Amino acid sequence: MSTVKKFMFVNRKAPYGTIYALESLEVVLISAAFEQDVSLAFVDDGVYQIAKGQSTEEIGMKNFSPTYTALGDYEVTKIYVEKESLDERGLTIDDLMDLKYEDEDDDWAEKDSIRVVSSEELAQIMGEQEVILSF
Amino acid sequence: MKFTVQINEGPYQHQASDSALQFTKAALEKGHEIFRVFFYHDGVNNGTRLTVPPQDDRNLQKAWSELAEKHGLDLVICIAAAQRRGIMDENEAKRQGLDADNIAPGFRISGLGQLIEGGIQSDRLIVFGD
Repeated sequence: MSTVKKFMFVNRKAPYGTIYALESLEVVLISAAFEQDVSLAFVDDGVYQIAKGQSTEEIGMKNFSPTYTALGDYEVTKIYVEKESLDERGLTIDDLMDLKYEDEDDDWAEKDSIRVVSSEELAQIMGEQEVILSF
Repeated sequence: MKFTVQINEGPYQHQASDSALQFTKAALEKGHEIFRVFFYHDGVNNGTRLTVPPQDDRNLQKAWSELAEKHGLDLVICIAAAQRRGIMDENEAKRQGLDADNIAPGFRISGLGQLIEGGIQSDRLIVFGD
């Protein structure tokens, strides 16, 4: 299967209140195995999915946030975070995990995967996608 | 046009499965092709044959099974989501050492790759969820 499509996964919900975030991440990893052009968007409470310093011990749930740091190794390197969603929640990029990838076209230089974009920019990026899965 | 339909919610609590069913019927009536219907998250609960809704209400599982039989639809339940929620076919129940299965006619259990393949092979992937 040689077709490569632009897939975007839109994450809209907080990480532990529902299972959407965890199961979205499972699809993202599978799509990367299919060698598609994958990007992620985090909007609304979805921005909390990639918040730094998550601890789930006291709620008895599995902390799956370390998996996000592995996305770069799966060549998932485009992670868009909506600026308005951060602003509304009093968050900045410094509150998010440090997600990196190694750019094979630039002598494996380490680069940031997260790009903070306005809702207008995100709308334009969404318009360029061929398949959008919303969770 | 060729569609893949994704359903993220179980029956009755949310309208997602109803809406997806209506969409699928309408698309088929208009001569479109449904490449696959993929059940994810709580959507896997649409595929248990053990639901018994009140007689004066719709039976979503039966509606999907009948539509699948009539049109040869490929109804796929995500295996990872199904295992979490206790949706089993005969093979999977055996493999897990369980005493029963509950998958409804016309449904099959497979992996998430089937969803990605649906996205690749179809002109549109439509998500029905919360």
